[in-house]
Amino acid sequence: MPVVDRQEWDVVVVGAGGAGLRAAIEARERGARTAVICKSLFGKAHTVMAEGGIAAAMANANEHDTWQTHFRDTLRGGKFLNQWRMAELHAREAPQRVWELETWGALFDRTEDGRISQRNFGGHEYPRLAHVGDRTGLELIRTLQQRIVALQQEDHARTGDHESGLKVYQECTVTRVLKDGSRVCGVFAYDRETGRFFVLQAPAVVLATGGIGKSFKVTSNSWEYTGDGHALALLAGAPLLNMEFVQFHPTGMVWPPSVKGILVTESVRGDGGVLRDSGGRRFMFDYVPDVFKEKYAESEQEADGWYDDPEHHRRPPELLPRDEVARAINAEVKAGRGSPHGGVFLDVSTRMPAEVIRRRLPSMYHQFKELADVDITTEPMEVGPTCHYVMGGVAVDSDTAAARGVPGLYAAGEVAGGMHGSNRLGGNSLSDLLVFGRRAGWHAAEYARSLASERPRVDDDQIGAASAEALRPFSRGAEGGAAGDVGTAEGAGTAGDVGTAGDVGGGPENPYTLHQDLQQTMNDLVGIIRRAGEMEQALTRLAELRERAGRAGVEGHRQFNPGWHLALDLRNMLLVSECVARAARERTESRGGHTREDCPAMEREWRNVNLLCALTDPAAGRIRLTRETTPPIRPDLLALFEKEELAKYLTDEELEEELSE
Amino acid sequence: MSGYEARFRVWRGDEHGGELRDFTVAVNEGEVVLDIVHRLQATQAPDLAVRWNCKAGKCGSCSAEVNGRPRLMCMTRMSVFDRAETVTITPLRAFPVIRDLVTDVSFNYEKARGIPAFVPPPELAPGEYRMFQRDVDRSQEFRKCIECFLCQDTCHVVRDHEENKRAFAGPRFLMRVAELDMHPLDAAERSGLDRRRTAQDEHGLGYCNITKCCTEVCPEGIRITDNALIPLKERVVDRRYDPLVWLGSKIKRRSS
Amino acid sequence: MATGTEHRHNVGGVRAPGRAAITAAHLRTDRWWLAPAGTAAGLLAFVVYSTWRAFANADYYASPYVSPFYSPCLAHDCQSMRGGPNADLLGSWWGISPAVIILVFPLGFRLTCYYYRKAYYRGFWASPPACAVAEPHRGYTGETRFPLILQNLHRYFFYAALLVAGVLTYDTALTFRDAHHQWGHMGLGTLVFLANIALIWSYTLSCHSCRHIVGGQLKHFSRHPVRYRAWRFVGRLNARHMQLAWASLLGVALADLYVYLLASGVFDDPRFF
Repeated sequence: MPVVDRQEWDVVVVGAGGAGLRAAIEARERGARTAVICKSLFGKAHTVMAEGGIAAAMANANEHDTWQTHFRDTLRGGKFLNQWRMAELHAREAPQRVWELETWGALFDRTEDGRISQRNFGGHEYPRLAHVGDRTGLELIRTLQQRIVALQQEDHARTGDHESGLKVYQECTVTRVLKDGSRVCGVFAYDRETGRFFVLQAPAVVLATGGIGKSFKVTSNSWEYTGDGHALALLAGAPLLNMEFVQFHPTGMVWPPSVKGILVTESVRGDGGVLRDSGGRRFMFDYVPDVFKEKYAESEQEADGWYDDPEHHRRPPELLPRDEVARAINAEVKAGRGSPHGGVFLDVSTRMPAEVIRRRLPSMYHQFKELADVDITTEPMEVGPTCHYVMGGVAVDSDTAAARGVPGLYAAGEVAGGMHGSNRLGGNSLSDLLVFGRRAGWHAAEYARSLASERPRVDDDQIGAASAEALRPFSRGAEGGAAGDVGTAEGAGTAGDVGTAGDVGGGPENPYTLHQDLQQTMNDLVGIIRRAGEMEQALTRLAELRERAGRAGVEGHRQFNPGWHLALDLRNMLLVSECVARAARERTESRGGHTREDCPAMEREWRNVNLLCALTDPAAGRIRLTRETTPPIRPDLLALFEKEELAKYLTDEELEEELSE
Repeated sequence: MSGYEARFRVWRGDEHGGELRDFTVAVNEGEVVLDIVHRLQATQAPDLAVRWNCKAGKCGSCSAEVNGRPRLMCMTRMSVFDRAETVTITPLRAFPVIRDLVTDVSFNYEKARGIPAFVPPPELAPGEYRMFQRDVDRSQEFRKCIECFLCQDTCHVVRDHEENKRAFAGPRFLMRVAELDMHPLDAAERSGLDRRRTAQDEHGLGYCNITKCCTEVCPEGIRITDNALIPLKERVVDRRYDPLVWLGSKIKRRSS
Repeated sequence: MATGTEHRHNVGGVRAPGRAAITAAHLRTDRWWLAPAGTAAGLLAFVVYSTWRAFANADYYASPYVSPFYSPCLAHDCQSMRGGPNADLLGSWWGISPAVIILVFPLGFRLTCYYYRKAYYRGFWASPPACAVAEPHRGYTGETRFPLILQNLHRYFFYAALLVAGVLTYDTALTFRDAHHQWGHMGLGTLVFLANIALIWSYTLSCHSCRHIVGGQLKHFSRHPVRYRAWRFVGRLNARHMQLAWASLLGVALADLYVYLLASGVFDDPRFF
């Protein structure tokens, strides 16, 4: 048995993006000794990529805005599939979470009277997004990071040690959540820098690992987004919810090839940018779906009037929810009206003076100038859909963020499911991180405290199995055995063959090639428009890939070895991809981020159906899909909508029930 | 424009030693240096260590030195180089190397801990903060910082003099002091914390000889020297080297 | 600590233990030495020229023009300039050129200027020679000790430079006279002086200390709208501080050269009216 360093904490947070840091702050403030583990350096999390803003009904820009309106917009955006209690908590608590950031030093853009400025965004009825130019995510991360440093400074003043109450383990990856019986007892992790294994023992673990975008070829997500939290939860026995809903952001860069997928913020459209086809036509007017007909403008004139006088004009259709815009762009390109590099044109150059563009969209200006040689103040951008966000995730309790079925496991942020239903509105992500990050940290700390006297224990067998699993790629490598410098692969094969099908014949596989094949498969077969046959094909290919991944081998040694890291991440990506494909095949309708060419309509019968993925047998790594009916929406929340609108989403029986209440 | 084979020299090694290794790699239209490093990983050197994250110039992870100049690899386009040129990539040379292109940047995290955080005004509850755009503009510029640490790497005070690392926080963190000192609602002074004095006494502002390399390498275009370091030096002068200001403040307590 | 036996170039800086083992002091492939070399050459040329002119104590007045190097002229043996900037403050004991008295102030202003500091630290002291190019010095304390801690006096030289700029403005007004002190005339020299004084003022006002004093020191611009506007104005000038530093340096040398050429009779001032 290799000697593995063990440390004792109250709460372990996996992931140091917005949700993870907010959870850690909350847990530490409530007295829990808290450890944060992240794959990148502290402060580099993918949250920095968020550009537009934080949605919160503070009513600074429009006095009519309330949490109820925000709730309503969120449910409409998610096509009523949202876990409504989450949407309610989110809308109610978001303003407080934003204001709190100011007390930690955040500097948002200001209104004339000195309050936080709020901007328009797709799907939001009022200007609602607190922002800092187009680098809001960076401001959020930096503020939370600096708050953590402030707490560490307090701890230092008290104990002489900065890390006595709150420690960040940066550049470390968790490969297993460890359990004692049904309860969580810690995590198994490796230090990317040295390759050393270590165990953090804790009764409560918060997953805040973000999304799964790296399973797709064209994505706005960074390398970190390998679905780690999703897979860790599955492997720990918690189910994933509605994994078929993957958001394709309508506007990613399409050229040059090396930056394909990088995000072009929705603020471009929120601030006046319009989408045009190759003939210069604003095509979005043709794509307003029935459920949104009354809310969106029918002429360019009406749409343009909205920016200055939103009371008397309807919104431009460019600001429809993301799923609608992404599908429209996809259809235009397919119809042969796309731009030279296979996208459409997004134009601000004819809409605003150059000076205003540079002030309001500085990083977009910079991004196009530097990466594509395009000056967005004089020419249009070329954009196309890019995999951006997964609405599905760990099934959690709305109030406590506790994962179902695994005491001590919590999930917040993108890795948690339910909040956004079938499609997330722009700006709701950052507020989601804050609201549920805090709740997860809070309840994890409470739970840990409640177990003060009878903490679950980590047994050595689990550690041995996890070590063996993590070392396996070395024994398959071309230079197998080189791993021995930090530990040995003894105990290999005892357990943990999950997600990869174990040792079958064939030579070692290059993890980079496997990753590329996976991305191609998901992009082509489970992408923005889906068909039953293609998803069958995807499942077959995923099975092959899983088999090949069992033979993934790496060269070199354990110190900062990216090939090895990728080989370990493949397990997670494969598991999560299978969940996406299975759930997508099952849901025979189109809703939000899930579009079936063979089932194009949104079916009211599917509105209250959740699809849950779970591992049948942790050793075999097989995914089982189950259906479950969602609890009815609370009447007072339902009353926020007009009956006619509800009729588009709810079945007659559901409506009947509501009316009878 | 089409693809071509480019020659690269990439430093490989660890704290015990290493060398510049030669590679020939395919380069396609529109690619950046980081793309080439990834291609190297996928085809020729799978264990080549490199830090990166967003690949869009927003996270500040992929800092390295390209042809001797500190840069973000994701924002350095191959088209700026001559096709015949050999492009040299090394890790940051002001910090201890871990492996290949990855360096130990913990110096920066330690310095960050040395700077007292924002002090909220005790009389204002969350939601009651009122600040005007013109008052937050200056600090907002500094908050654009993506913490790529290129300024820390290029600053000769620590790059060329290891022994100064103890006394000198570096441009990024002196800028952080300036950011807080210019924050319209920071209540540090009322709580007895004099940020200007700490800038000089604890963070080594006097070491800065304003030779502006930090500004030159900043990928965010923050005018670190002109807008943060020099104003901070002037604020220190107010405190320590200007008897007129000192006298004035004795006679009439300044309101701003 | 230094015993004189260490390998001077193998211990510190980029070759310090733990850092990537690269022996080259830098790997830059561009012509990085061009900027510091150009700066050094430019500054050196000015120093040579101005030293010669300052100590020449001759050919600095050609009515109505007085060389900016000799204005104000505060010694007993100054040439008489009717209505001009001379006042016998020091008396006859001052034996050397009167230019030396006054040049201390603009010299001090420029020597402590944040731009010139960068220029000569890089150009003359190679500290650093260019970005990411290892500097040759073994130790470095920056501006923490005497004498460089005196750079913090820049603000006082700025105040003095304001006074000098005031005098030079007066001199420029005097150029609207003819050689017989009659007002309402202009010559080519008037234009030279106008250009010079415009550059002197732009450079002086674009100073970082000035930017701090007019508004930079404030925490709340919103409570001081006038100073905020002044700060913004100075800030715009300040962004051009380097260019103004060079342009005004050249300007003042050219103005002096012009006076010298007139005074030594090389040519006569072309008069417009």
